[in-house]
Order: sequence, then C-alpha cells, then structure tokens
Amino acid sequence: MQLARVIGNVVVTRKDENLVGIKLLIVQPLSPEREPVGRPLVAADAVGAGVGEEVFFVRGKEASFPFYPEEPALDAGIVGIVDHWTVER
Amino acid sequence: MSTQKHRTFESAKLLLVQPLNADDTARGAALLAVDGVGAGVHEKVLVVIEGRAAGEILGRKAAPVDAAIVGIIDSVDIQP
Repeated sequence: MQLARVIGNVVVTRKDENLVGIKLLIVQPLSPEREPVGRPLVAADAVGAGVGEEVFFVRGKEASFPFYPEEPALDAGIVGIVDHWTVER
Repeated sequence: MSTQKHRTFESAKLLLVQPLNADDTARGAALLAVDGVGAGVHEKVLVVIEGRAAGEILGRKAAPVDAAIVGIIDSVDIQP
C-alpha cells in the first residue's frame, strides 16, 4: 500500500457496468515526509474519502476486493483514510 | 494510524517500510505493509509485495492488501 493525498475526482458517465456506483478519485502518492512522489493516478474509493484527505491505497486486482463479490475492473483503490503517521529514520 | 478503513483491516497493524538494497541503503519509495509478525520501528524485516500472499497474513478472504511483513530479519550474509 502507499500513502497519498486525494487531489481531485473523476466523473465518468459512460463506463463498464461493473464500475457503476463506484467513486473515482485522483490521488497523488506521498513520501513519508509528505512530499509528492511519482505521478497522480485514478483510484476507486472504498471508504468514503474526499479531496484534500490523506489516504492509503492498494494497487492491483486487490483494489476490486472491497466490492466483492462483484469484480469491477480496477487497478488502484483507496482502502483507508489516514489519521496520522510518524516516521523515525 | 487509520480509523476509517476497509473492514478487513480491523485489528491489523500497518507499518511504513522502506525497501533496502543489499548494502542497507534505501531503494525506491516507502510503502505501507500489514504486520504479520509483530515487527517494530527500526527493525529489518522481510516483506512480501504481492496481493494474495499479503492477504493470507490477515487470514481473511478478499482482503484489499498488496504488501505484508512476514518475517523479522536476524542477519543477512552476502558472499561477494
């Protein structure tokens, strides 16, 4: 899983029927020091996250598991909203 | 620390881990892993970065995880 900040949302009307009802958000992966790392990506929201929140997301087919037994075509999904984190280097 | 998360994460401990090279320098970005062995901050651990294997650690079907700590490393011996 990776830490990220939600920086936007995506509205898609015409899509695969398994994606109906799933909120799509744009997340910017973060380093432990809260710096942006890598490119933003689209992730499905399984926890009710919103723009500006710090979240963690999972990559791969596992992103579809919160919607089980349906298996929407997803490769990234937000599975938690972060309360806080600490780093000791 | 995360309160609002997918229900399969309940009681799971999440740790931020930094992948290492053979010489202990940092490699790539840090990631979050489910702790399956009771690891702590600063310990050197063995991490599996693959969904099915990581899900096994939680012992729950269809857990949306992609990385888990599966061991605490005692020592590493590299023959040059």
